[in-house]
Amino acid sequence: MTNRSRPLKTRLQLIGQYAGHYAVLCVIAVVCVFPFWWTLVTAISTEGNIFAFPPTFWPKAPSFENFIEVFKAIPIWSFFKNSVLIAVFTVFWKLLLCSLAAYPLARLKFRGRKLVFGLILATLVLPSEVNFLVNFITITQMSLVDTYTGVILPNVVTAVAILLLKQAFEEVPQDLIDAARVDGASEWVIFSRIMLPLITPWLATVGILTAVESWNEYIWPSIVMSKPDEFPLSVGVLYLRGTFGSSTRVIAAGTLITIVPTLLAFLFTQRFFMRGMDGAVK
Amino acid sequence: MMKLAHRHTLQAWLFLAPALLLLAAFSFWPVGYGSVLAFTDYSLIRETRFVGLDNFRYIFNNEMFVSGLKNSLMFLLMVPFVQVGAITLAVLVNNRLPGIRLFRAAFYVPVVTTVSVVGIMWGFMFHEQGALNYVMMTLKLVNAPVGWLSNDSLALFAVMFVTLWRGLGWYMVMYLAALQSIPSDMQEAAMLDGASRWQRFWKITVPMLRPTIMLCSILSVLAALKAYQEVDVLTQGGPMNSTFTALYYAYDQGLKHLKLPRALAASFVVSLFCIAIALLCLRYLKPKHR
Repeated sequence: MTNRSRPLKTRLQLIGQYAGHYAVLCVIAVVCVFPFWWTLVTAISTEGNIFAFPPTFWPKAPSFENFIEVFKAIPIWSFFKNSVLIAVFTVFWKLLLCSLAAYPLARLKFRGRKLVFGLILATLVLPSEVNFLVNFITITQMSLVDTYTGVILPNVVTAVAILLLKQAFEEVPQDLIDAARVDGASEWVIFSRIMLPLITPWLATVGILTAVESWNEYIWPSIVMSKPDEFPLSVGVLYLRGTFGSSTRVIAAGTLITIVPTLLAFLFTQRFFMRGMDGAVK
Repeated sequence: MMKLAHRHTLQAWLFLAPALLLLAAFSFWPVGYGSVLAFTDYSLIRETRFVGLDNFRYIFNNEMFVSGLKNSLMFLLMVPFVQVGAITLAVLVNNRLPGIRLFRAAFYVPVVTTVSVVGIMWGFMFHEQGALNYVMMTLKLVNAPVGWLSNDSLALFAVMFVTLWRGLGWYMVMYLAALQSIPSDMQEAAMLDGASRWQRFWKITVPMLRPTIMLCSILSVLAALKAYQEVDVLTQGGPMNSTFTALYYAYDQGLKHLKLPRALAASFVVSLFCIAIALLCLRYLKPKHR
């Protein structure tokens, strides 16, 4: 190519290329982010018609009035607490049970290992769409309807979490385990004192992904919980649209209250969501 | 040595027991039991009887389910858009340009948003006097405000678009990971040989991405067939049942009308479609020469 012989033109070309590149990126970014922005504008404006033509893309007379209104209209504070409660317990039990299951799959030789692993992989492929319907029967028969246990239990063990943690356990050097075994440590001690601390970054990854998933889960909690006071935020926020018939601005404010925690979690832990990607960029 | 292996077997099963119990109860049992119940007249108040294919006969004679199935198949139209879009996005953000992480974040934000919130936000966007109509009218793409969610020939496409909006970032991350595992010396060697950007993309990037493309295509075909959440939060199947999908029918029947066997028959049919299409994809999109 003629790159080397004509550096000036190349540089101009490059600038041109990148300008086009950024232009495309910006257009897509606007499409992705605009609904959030418009919701924000609607939520913090207190004046003007919401659906005016042309629409207002900038807040008018901004204030937090609508947010205060949300707290008056629905028990959003208890929705919030319910969501936190569900997320915390889901994360705790998932990390515990899935790492327990992942450890022998990664580091112990035992009979039936291939079978178990195959069964766990099968849950990824099984058409799970039937699950909600039958799980609801199961939850009913276990008298867990309207309980957080009923919301949490089916989500505690997932194949993806087991696979991720298994991979993490496999990366720990065998020498550490051998040394501990020679010293007479039991498998439980090896698991809890040596292995778990070593895979903390992976536990964090699974934990954060689970927390966000649990926070955003909508269908299953709306099936299990029937008392509005006990809804998590993802279900409760729809209440603003229904029974209370609040104004659009209040709905927008409630929407923002719902997503702020996930957005913050995402922004501060981005590297866990796009794991391994930034490290690989040169 | 035998003794050690034996001891490990017992311990391994103890470690695995709680997880396996929960998987059995909430993953294996529902699939198995649900498939059986689809052939019965199960209800909480009566003795359950086998009714053969009655439920299937019922749903296939039910217009809501049949048009729902058609709509679910319509969702498949989205798959190429999602995949091409996601690959394009991934290629665009697979660069060390200033601010690129911000763009990646922007593209991923819809993925981490609750579907109920997505429903509310896009309800605003699609409103007759919402931002979308304003933009479309300013660009002279339409003359008068369009009722995106209230027009029965448009609502399905509106719901499909929201699904695309929400899914793109997820696939982008998958492709980004794949792109970054392509050794850069291949690209450099091709560059020295005088291959253009476009040639490098088609001759190196695309073939290297092939396994990821296969995986993501299958996943998005399955996701398209199983679409129902966005329907629930945006239109609840309306207007005039135009956005009913097969699985939304199952949820509607099973959880709102408590006709569980019908619902299970419907999701059984969707599952069969999923399996069939996944097998087809595996067969025809398998990486060649290997």
